[in-house]
Amino acid sequence: MATLFQGLPSSTAFSSSNKFNHAPAPTSFSERKSSIVTVRSDARWSPVLNSATHKPQRLITNAVATKADSSLASTSSKPGHELLLFEALREGLEEEMERDPCVCVMGEDVGHYGGSYKVTKGLATKFGDLRVLDTPIAENSFTGMGIGAAMTGLRPIIEGMNMGFLLLAFNQISNNCGMLHYTSGGQFKIPVVIRGPGGVGRQLGAEHSQRLESYFQSIPGIQMVACSTPYNAKGLMKAAIRSENPVILFEHVLLYNLKDRIPDEEYVLSLEEAEMVRPGEHVTILTYSRMRYHVMQAAKTLVNKGYDPEVIDIRSLKPFDLHTIGKSVKKTHRVLIVEECMRTGGIGASLTAAITENFNDDLDAPIVCLSSQDVPTPYAGTLEEWTVVQPAQIVTAVEQLCQ
Amino acid sequence: MLFGKKFRTQLPQAVGAAYSLKIDGKSACAVTYCGDGGTSEGDFHAGLNFAAVMDAPVIFICRNNGWAISTPVEEQFRSDGVVVKGQAYGIWSIRVDGNDALAVYSAVHTAREIAIKEKRPVLIEALTYRVGHHSTSDDSTKYRPIDEIEYWKMERNPVNRFKRWVERNGWWSDHNESELRSSVRKQLMQAIQVAEKAQKPPLSDLFNDVYDRLPSNLEEQERILREIVKKHPEDYPSDVPL
Repeated sequence: MATLFQGLPSSTAFSSSNKFNHAPAPTSFSERKSSIVTVRSDARWSPVLNSATHKPQRLITNAVATKADSSLASTSSKPGHELLLFEALREGLEEEMERDPCVCVMGEDVGHYGGSYKVTKGLATKFGDLRVLDTPIAENSFTGMGIGAAMTGLRPIIEGMNMGFLLLAFNQISNNCGMLHYTSGGQFKIPVVIRGPGGVGRQLGAEHSQRLESYFQSIPGIQMVACSTPYNAKGLMKAAIRSENPVILFEHVLLYNLKDRIPDEEYVLSLEEAEMVRPGEHVTILTYSRMRYHVMQAAKTLVNKGYDPEVIDIRSLKPFDLHTIGKSVKKTHRVLIVEECMRTGGIGASLTAAITENFNDDLDAPIVCLSSQDVPTPYAGTLEEWTVVQPAQIVTAVEQLCQ
Repeated sequence: MLFGKKFRTQLPQAVGAAYSLKIDGKSACAVTYCGDGGTSEGDFHAGLNFAAVMDAPVIFICRNNGWAISTPVEEQFRSDGVVVKGQAYGIWSIRVDGNDALAVYSAVHTAREIAIKEKRPVLIEALTYRVGHHSTSDDSTKYRPIDEIEYWKMERNPVNRFKRWVERNGWWSDHNESELRSSVRKQLMQAIQVAEKAQKPPLSDLFNDVYDRLPSNLEEQERILREIVKKHPEDYPSDVPL
């Protein structure tokens, strides 16, 4: 059996390799579907927020300043509608796409597939293949494409299937997204939204468990926000799309199935505001994204022990809402930061510096920052759990801080 | 051998490995794999270009199975498959039926000889079909017809094809098959039992191998973690050695 290697002639006689269908290819996606596509998320991403006991916890997620002990009363009498966080993101996206024909989406598997986390489900059918664009696998290219489209009048939302993949687009995000408005003397606007899930999931492996907010925070010219509830997810999505600046919206792999009730009326949140989750007197706990839930879990325990923590979801990672944070520090004089970033160079590190610089006189104790260790996230589930700050650690830290 | 990863970072790395083999004068080559989707990534192009310019003894094996999660090849590229891309970079390239075990063996065998003797890269595009879902969180019946999947799974099954060839040569029989299957199954069950009883990785594994030696900041972080776990044993898995 000899194999002959021959240079391919320029006009190849090979038939295109692109035809795999045995049956004639259906002409549209709707023909291919044989049954109703159900919204189904991977069973792994269940809202197991307290990973130590593995019991799903229903936590208050409202943004309004209420005490955390308000009941999980029947929500049927309350106004608004219930949905999951990824549906809230989709709702915000859909409303903005209806409102402004320049808004478009691009990314891998966002079109007919509806996105790996179903955030864009149904949008391609509604708005067409061009406005909800499936791209080849090249993050730097489709990010660059989005930036170019933004420079010429569109308002693209660029989805990274996982935030970690956007490392390939770092050049585009840093050099172009962040800088072009400046280097063009204001001539070019880059109203893009770059969004995707990040954070530590369930055994996704080191490369897919990254906290990109650490790496992006230094890029001048961009804004960064992190959503954590269906309410703020929709509000931040809309705000990000309407912003004239490039905004990076950080979602979390484990929060997509959070369910809550959101208003029927339209609302847009501010990109620069933090969210008061639970007012208190003894200590200011600053957090964002998934760690908000670990903090609230700890808060329950702390309240039982007689503490009164003030919990703020900082939401805006760049710039920090130092007004809200400052007010809180002046009240409690003690700060605990709980984050998922690694100790070195994370959001917590920057926040610590910012608070120390601005409110040093108001602090009665050094700021404590609970972060993940400076290690790649292990694949082993047990070790992975240990890299994420747990509620028990938060309780201990508050107790020590308040001595 | 370098294994496939999403960003195709392994492609330039394979070139690097091949380059080091060349410098060492070893009679060996590097081999690296990617899928059809992976050929869109920048590192695929960088890797191929470098391999060509450096005359690196590396074999690029691209498994073109028609799908990248839900993205079919028509939406991945408009070139005539992947083989022409290798040609474009000045690399000898061949397209084989990826479902024909003998053809693939033959192609790779010859590619290896060429790579080693002539110190040059070779690209092999193996055409096949992804019968399974992309991952456990994918249901591919949502974006492709079930009868298409069934066809490639049954009538065009490469393992059955090879099996028939082996049987026709009198080297295998149904009896051999059922014996092998039951013995492998037993071995697997035993292996699973042994693995289930095996000790979970200890806490120190969290910090080992980040660097060659534990730096002071990681030493401190390990110490802090041990204190926390000792203080709150009920919040951490009990079957993990400290």
